[in-house]
Amino acid sequence: MLAVHDLTTTYGAVTALDGVSLEAPAGQVTAVLGANGAGKTTLLRTVSGLVRAQRGAVSLEGTDITRLPAERMTGLGIAHVPEGRGVIAELTVAENLRLGGLHRRQGSEPERLERVYELFPVLGDRSNALAHVLSGGERQMLVIGRALMARPRVLLLDEPSLGLAPRVVAQIFALLRTLVERDGLTVLLVEQNATSALSIADRGVVLGLGRVVATEPAERLAADEKLRHAYLGF
Amino acid sequence: MSTLAVRSAALWRVPLLRHVVLGLVGLTVMLFVLGSLSPFRDAQLATMAYLAIAAGGLTVLTGFSGQLSLGHGAFLAVGAYTTAVLLEDGDPPFPLVGVMVAAVVVTVAVGAVVGIAAARLHGPYVAGATLALAVAVPSLARYLDGLGQEQGLHVRVPDVPTWFDDTVWMITGADVDPTSYVAYLGWTALVVTYVLLANLMRSRVGRTWRALSNDDVAAEIAGVRLGRARVLAFVVSTAAAGLAGSLMAMAVRVTSPSGFSVDLSVTLLSAIVLGGLGTLSGALIGSALLTFLPQAVTSWGTSAGLSDVRAAELAPVAYGLIMIAVVLLAPAGIVGSLRRVWWRRRGIA
Amino acid sequence: MQQFMTTLLGGLTLGAVYASFALALCLIWRSTRVVNFAQAPMAMVTTYVGLEVIEATGSYWLGFAVALAAGFVLGALVERLLVRHVEGAGDLNIVILTLGLFVALHGLAALVFGSDYRSFPAPFGLKGLHVGGHNVAITPFGVFTIVAVGIVLVLLVLLFRSTDVGLRMRAAAFSPEVARLLGVRVGAMLTLGWALAAVVGSLAGLLIAGGNLVFPQYMDSVVVYGFVAAVLGGLDSPVGSVVGGLILGLVLSFVSGYVAGDLVPVTALIVLVGVLLVRPGGLFSHVAERRV
Repeated sequence: MLAVHDLTTTYGAVTALDGVSLEAPAGQVTAVLGANGAGKTTLLRTVSGLVRAQRGAVSLEGTDITRLPAERMTGLGIAHVPEGRGVIAELTVAENLRLGGLHRRQGSEPERLERVYELFPVLGDRSNALAHVLSGGERQMLVIGRALMARPRVLLLDEPSLGLAPRVVAQIFALLRTLVERDGLTVLLVEQNATSALSIADRGVVLGLGRVVATEPAERLAADEKLRHAYLGF
Repeated sequence: MSTLAVRSAALWRVPLLRHVVLGLVGLTVMLFVLGSLSPFRDAQLATMAYLAIAAGGLTVLTGFSGQLSLGHGAFLAVGAYTTAVLLEDGDPPFPLVGVMVAAVVVTVAVGAVVGIAAARLHGPYVAGATLALAVAVPSLARYLDGLGQEQGLHVRVPDVPTWFDDTVWMITGADVDPTSYVAYLGWTALVVTYVLLANLMRSRVGRTWRALSNDDVAAEIAGVRLGRARVLAFVVSTAAAGLAGSLMAMAVRVTSPSGFSVDLSVTLLSAIVLGGLGTLSGALIGSALLTFLPQAVTSWGTSAGLSDVRAAELAPVAYGLIMIAVVLLAPAGIVGSLRRVWWRRRGIA
Repeated sequence: MQQFMTTLLGGLTLGAVYASFALALCLIWRSTRVVNFAQAPMAMVTTYVGLEVIEATGSYWLGFAVALAAGFVLGALVERLLVRHVEGAGDLNIVILTLGLFVALHGLAALVFGSDYRSFPAPFGLKGLHVGGHNVAITPFGVFTIVAVGIVLVLLVLLFRSTDVGLRMRAAAFSPEVARLLGVRVGAMLTLGWALAAVVGSLAGLLIAGGNLVFPQYMDSVVVYGFVAAVLGGLDSPVGSVVGGLILGLVLSFVSGYVAGDLVPVTALIVLVGVLLVRPGGLFSHVAERRV
């Protein structure tokens, strides 16, 4: 289980996260929702150590990981999947994937590659193409596949639906759910697209201006009209 | 406060007037200072004057409009050779000021061509092209007949005009020898150049350049015609370099390819860095450091027991280390850092 | 015909040296977006170190190895102690830093090693080869130069294309933040990149020095031509750097052999500006030109 306690992050004079506490229980999808600027991406960046926390703590299964640098996360089994733009465009699809598995060697590389190609056949077809030429949906599949190469326990997903066609979003989200059910993956899913996120989430956390506004089971959140109107825009 | 004081304070805020007043004060001070120093010091001050003129021009180009030139020595060479050719037989076709103007015109012609080419390039590519230029121009001078090849050309500075000697004698009580004459010329040119550059940097054109160096995409969206603004910065900068080259020819008295090595271009760049990028006062301070520091460091070296030859190498080590230190510790340079402290103080008060 | 062959082979040898120097610049540019103007003085210093070792031990190859190792250490130190601290401080500041290093290293070398001309030995003959009773216009050392540069090129391609370290280095260069998230120690990769580039630069220094005189400024022409070669190739492309170096070496050799030695720098300028006006990103740029 990933737990965040009283996390506060500032950029100069701007407070992006203001005492955020939440939990991502093992084997569940926890969706973090909120409007642009609510602090969702900052939350992920602070958890994975790209941004230094001003105050508060992050722990993985009881171990404090607040001050660990970002490059240590993969080794611990935490995979931060940046937005779809996070492919390394100058490398090929296969190189992007190999890179994902370099720092947590569990199982042989060909075998892990094979598994990713099974999940995303399109990546297998284009394994020698530069990531530069992939479509938005394929890029999103590549960054998720790359994260899976490390066989992570926790997946931090940043706006996987951003800029994708609804059909592709549905496909990717369905696949995420499968992974959670099959492998017991823990997912912290940051999304602006609340409808899609809540459709696969177990729990939802709503952020507003850097603070936690609500923490509810997903179906209760989807039913709470007042909250939806105020923070989620549907 | 009296109305006079208020009115003069208001006038002080007009940049043109302020720059002209500062310039006149500078000229007067110079008149007395140069008249009272030894020829050796006058020669040093002449060196400082041409370095400062060139550094002022480079400030406009690199510090202000953000185009890095590693080849400004080449433009000094063009100005210097033009002057040397015109003064070779000691009988120039027109007065000395005319010779200097001719040096500027020729250099600007070359600078405009280079500027037009450079305006199409970006970052390291401009640096590469200007670096190649810095090597190409002196070697061309070696190749061309009539430019004295390796030995170079001797430069004969015309005699000090009697009216000038008399006027200076009337004011300061000192005679003008040829060395001080060049120093007077240099400092007059320096003051005039800096007044002109200061006004230009404060004008609409100057703001355009500043916009360029900050973000050229944004500048273009805001309606700045990038190519034209870049070329103009190049032209202004090379005009100053041409003038500096002309004075350098007269101060050094010989114009040869070895005087315009890549080192000269790098030295000029270090001058504008040492003092603080983007300000004329920074260029002036940097030039002063370049002129006076070597002597101080070398004599320190010999007194510390180094041979003369080795002690002479201390100066470049010092420049290099200072350049590195400035970038690491005070990226705004000396003037910029002082200014920041000053504003902070005022902010608190 | 004889003169043609001499010029051609001389140009290839020269081009190989420019190519290795350009390659060193390219490696650094790709990983840190810095043009390392101190590359030549760094190589000059390591060549002096090599020379000291050769004179002390009498072994060329020991000096050769020590010079390359010194390059590795110097490159790593420069990145760790200097370049790292100006990252993100603006392009101009980084250029000025390397120029400051350029000036300081020149002075330091003269202080420590003296500014006199010193002769540097060559491991192979410097007289033209004889093959089947014919004089061939290339010296054994020239052959060594071309082969050495070729080997380095192959090794670098293998490193970047086929090893995990190479993959990490490329990832760190192209996309530092993503690389960190995947566990790559980006800082270490940048240091390694500078160290390797300095080794390649040192090799260029040794190849120019072999059988010649060294003095603190002996690499200065290479600064310019190596840079021109790298820019010709497009700075981003290692293959481009090598091709740029060879083209430049050949062109300059023919100008020097058939026209006049003093026109060589002007030719370099004309070639550079000509290419850049037609292709502002260099010959081998495949990234779309930034429209401004």
